[in-house]
Amino acid sequence: MFIRLEPRGQRSAPWSYASPVLALALSLVTAAIIFAALGKDPLQSLYTFFISPLTSATGRPELFVKAAPLVLIAVGLSLGFRANVWNIGAEGQYTIGAILGGGVGLALYGDGNPLTFPAMMIGGAVGGMAWAAIPAFLRTRFNANEILTSLMLTYVAQLLLIYLVAGPWRDPQGYGFPQSRLFDESGTSPNLIAGTRLHFGVLAAFVVVGLGWILLARSLIGFQLKVVGQAPRAARYAGFSESRLVWFSMLLGGGLAGLAGLFEVAGPVGQLTPQISPGYGFTAIIVAFLGRLHPLGVLLAGLLLALSYLGGEKAQIELGMPNAVTGIFQGILLFYLLACDVLILYRVKIRRRFGSVSAGATS
Amino acid sequence: MTEETGAPSAPPPAARAEAPLLQLAGIVKSFPGCLANDRVDLSIRRGEIHALLGENGAGKSTLVKIIYGVLRPDAGEIRWQGKPIQIANPAFARKLGIGMVFQHFSLFEALTVAENIALGINDPAQRKDLRQRIAAVSESYGLPLDADRAVHDLSVGERQRIEIVRCLLQDPQLLIMDEPTSVLTPQEVERLFGTLRRLSQEGRAILYISHKLEEIRALCERATIMRLGRVVAECDPRRESARRLAELMIGTELKAPSHRKSTDSGMAPRLAVRNLSLRSDQQFGTDLKEVNLSVAGGEILGIGGVAGNGQTELMAALSGETVVDRPDAIQIDGKPVGRLGPGPRRTSGATFVPEERNGHGAVRDMTLAENAFLSAYRRLGFVRNGLISAGDAGRFAGKVIHSFDVRTTGPLAEARSLSGGNLQKFIVGREILQAPGVLVVSQPTWGVDAGAAASIHQALLDLADAGTAVLIISQDLDEIFSICDRIAVIYQGRLSQARPVGAATPEEIGLLMGGAQPEATSEPSHVHQA
Amino acid sequence: MSGDLAWIVPVILSVISASTPLLLAATGELVTEKAGVLNLGVEGMMLAGAIVGFAATVATGSGLLGIAGAAVAGALLALVFAVLTLTFLANQVATGLALTIFGVGFTALMGTGYVGIALQGLPSLNVPGLSDLPAIGPILFQQDILVYGSFALLAGVGWFLYRTHAGLVLRSIGDSHDAAHAIGYPVVAIRYAAVAFGGAMSGLGGAYLSLAYTPMWAENMTAGRGWIALALVVFAAWRPWRLLLGAYLFGGVTILQSALQAAGVRIPPQFLGMLPYLVTIVVLVIISSNRARIRLNAPACLAKPFYAVG
Repeated sequence: MFIRLEPRGQRSAPWSYASPVLALALSLVTAAIIFAALGKDPLQSLYTFFISPLTSATGRPELFVKAAPLVLIAVGLSLGFRANVWNIGAEGQYTIGAILGGGVGLALYGDGNPLTFPAMMIGGAVGGMAWAAIPAFLRTRFNANEILTSLMLTYVAQLLLIYLVAGPWRDPQGYGFPQSRLFDESGTSPNLIAGTRLHFGVLAAFVVVGLGWILLARSLIGFQLKVVGQAPRAARYAGFSESRLVWFSMLLGGGLAGLAGLFEVAGPVGQLTPQISPGYGFTAIIVAFLGRLHPLGVLLAGLLLALSYLGGEKAQIELGMPNAVTGIFQGILLFYLLACDVLILYRVKIRRRFGSVSAGATS
Repeated sequence: MTEETGAPSAPPPAARAEAPLLQLAGIVKSFPGCLANDRVDLSIRRGEIHALLGENGAGKSTLVKIIYGVLRPDAGEIRWQGKPIQIANPAFARKLGIGMVFQHFSLFEALTVAENIALGINDPAQRKDLRQRIAAVSESYGLPLDADRAVHDLSVGERQRIEIVRCLLQDPQLLIMDEPTSVLTPQEVERLFGTLRRLSQEGRAILYISHKLEEIRALCERATIMRLGRVVAECDPRRESARRLAELMIGTELKAPSHRKSTDSGMAPRLAVRNLSLRSDQQFGTDLKEVNLSVAGGEILGIGGVAGNGQTELMAALSGETVVDRPDAIQIDGKPVGRLGPGPRRTSGATFVPEERNGHGAVRDMTLAENAFLSAYRRLGFVRNGLISAGDAGRFAGKVIHSFDVRTTGPLAEARSLSGGNLQKFIVGREILQAPGVLVVSQPTWGVDAGAAASIHQALLDLADAGTAVLIISQDLDEIFSICDRIAVIYQGRLSQARPVGAATPEEIGLLMGGAQPEATSEPSHVHQA
Repeated sequence: MSGDLAWIVPVILSVISASTPLLLAATGELVTEKAGVLNLGVEGMMLAGAIVGFAATVATGSGLLGIAGAAVAGALLALVFAVLTLTFLANQVATGLALTIFGVGFTALMGTGYVGIALQGLPSLNVPGLSDLPAIGPILFQQDILVYGSFALLAGVGWFLYRTHAGLVLRSIGDSHDAAHAIGYPVVAIRYAAVAFGGAMSGLGGAYLSLAYTPMWAENMTAGRGWIALALVVFAAWRPWRLLLGAYLFGGVTILQSALQAAGVRIPPQFLGMLPYLVTIVVLVIISSNRARIRLNAPACLAKPFYAVG
């Protein structure tokens, strides 16, 4: 191999911050190339994609609306990832949260009860937690890999949703389309600022970022998550219970994902349909990594990826670009981030000729 | 002829006149901070079963790695069949005819015996008829092996046979065995000895590394004894008493125990272990068998022994990282804690220093304040309402740094930035400053410079003087003799009776470390005082 | 054949149809995982194979070229994964996910021009005389090349892994990459090859979907089959022959839901659709819960990064 990686011996702090920036820069360059390959002007496309959503008065709040579910889910995921708990099924937990919370809303439909929305929020959180409890149980009790179990449950959740909105929960006045009723006034998220779609979930996202930060930095359980991920033997020495931490991570991730699902359906979407998520649960994984598994970083990363969603929509409308560009950009961003992250722990040495150039101490 | 002085014996009458098979002369090998081999001479004849005896750190493994080509000596000469050679690497050693069975061998668990052996053979021609050749070798040397069984199904003894057969297939003239019997049952040991004697009769030489005195006396015709990098004696172990071998192995001078104020032996033990038996979950682990010990307040008990005899398992059982079945198997201040984890044990008044600093006793990438918190938060109340009081943890860390003279920039320094000695001082200090009733320390000064070691020792003495019961597990006999009140020796998972340090002789301890019973040892009948 | 049982033949044919893409992709992932690498990007690689295979067939009119193109596409995507995880030592889970997310988006982009185009479907390879036998004729002797290929490749992989020295070396790397490295085997190079092979097979699985199963292209047409293929490898306890059993079980369950519906069983189709996923979970639990068994069958070094010492 011509590329040789030399361990630095410790994490390079400058590169921890520089790596996402470098990854972003490389992604933008690559995006420009893709735009050009599609026959569009690269600079104009980049502008449309990344800048123009921020220029309009309606665009800016939309950024937060799109970022809210990503941030909510990713805060939960990032804490779990730190502890080596790989919750890949957040999408399914989001769905079940939407189902349970939305179900509460449908059950209380027309009552005008002011407690409807709070009850729906609880339903959302509980739904997500219950769905995440399954992989947590299977891992702690049966040693089953949570990546696969949580993932399989994503598909089960999606099918359940389709069944419900095409069957028992179908809107009688919906002309036969698979969708539920639109939630009524008391079942809809209160608007934060009139004229925008800023719903309660946006506020919740900020609150969760703050609480997540406190949890990670100042709480005992946050500390335990960090230790278990970095040094499992030290965690055992300290008496931390690995299964307790698995449960905590999964329930937290699931609860937040379920809440995010509820906020979406009780807010921007307004009802239960088969398409309540453009893959938020999976994109949130990218957000978590991009945000360096820290709540504040997650907030910034969430805004960036929300921008990519908005940009993709705008590009579709104004430039005739296919919707898929968003997914491509997100995937490329994660690829570059993973590649640039190697610079945190290793130095890259390029061999100019065959044979070993670097001197190693012979034992 | 008697061998009382341990001087090299004259060759027996039927000595072979040819040059020794392997001869090392003046081998020197040093590492930073340590002279592992100090002008070592070694000579092995054809067909000879030759023991290499010594404690940990005596230099045996370095020497053997040089013979097998893993290391290169700094100075000295190696002669093979009379001709001087350089052994560049293990492949070259194998070609010469030197085979080695390591103490910790690594096999591919999911693969079969035949597959494991085949993987070590690069030449496709030699892989032909492998299964028949394996069958032939294993049968003729008394090492029954089923070529098609998967390794994970085999006992450790059976796995060792794979390693031996693998060596034998290459027709070695010298077979090196590194501590081969630590993982074997007594029956398997007998079987192994049968194989080795058979090999010796065929004219192959065996270099047998061990610390087990009775085995060496039963099997080997010559022994080279090393201590602290030098050869201290060469003899015929069959003619020596185990006592004499033990004395040669650990030397006749041990540190005089420090004068410590006598402890009140009427006090109830603060740490008590009763009939603790535990199966090890490690591959090369040692099961604990009916371990009994007790440590009173103000007393320091030292557990000595060669590494790999159950120390790790014992430490894990004491700290609570491994829980045991019976709650009363381990008692802290009378409270049965056997089924409790480390957290409740700390609350009950015990603190622990594990063997490994990095990744176990401390987290490298975390600050000293966080590492202090890790252990002390329960006993010292650093958590209120689920939140960490970073200030308290930091202050505690600062106290540890100050009291134990830890050279570092402060509580916010990352653990990885400390030298080994300083990190160890910090960890020991952290456990001591929690004012425990019981402190268990494993390898307190391993890899630590002399100054830090001295201050750690003093701190342990002071803690005991204040009334804490201290248990030290150590491979360093000097350390045990200098600060402990009583000493027990662990061997193959069994703990000997503890005896006062002042009354223990080096031979006695050496015998215990080598697996012999001092009380049962009798003098060889032919030795008589002139 | 009696008229009562005439429905069996179409059902068996459907099962073969549904199982083949799973078998192809899972066979490839089996080899990758046997070498110790966990590539979660199967879904993305299958989609890559589906669109490239489709596009190549449309462009050239040749199904064979389409199949070849699909294999290359899958392998290329897998190589991106390999560079990131084997050379840059990135986290295998995150990289595999990135591959899937990227793959879904990228193939959707590539495929925009191909939505709505209909293809003929792969020609079946008829064996004169035998193909006309009742019942077993259509089942055994009228399949297309990918179906026969799926069996042949599975058999080939089984033979390679368990009867050749090279296959033994690959298995040893998955078991203990440090020990294999100490013997002198090129761990990283062999893993690159295993990952590329896995990618190519996933590509073939995707090609079957777009060229034979439903000869058309639709965004995200794998619908989670890549994830099922991953589960299949665990279900099979990383052994090739059980993979065959598993693939047909899962293919069968998918068909079961349509068959039950046709038979008038009043269960909502979505619940039947959940069956494959639920069964996967159950199997995973059974296999994992015996910790000794999972240790024996799972390549011990799965997903662990390999740091070459020296």
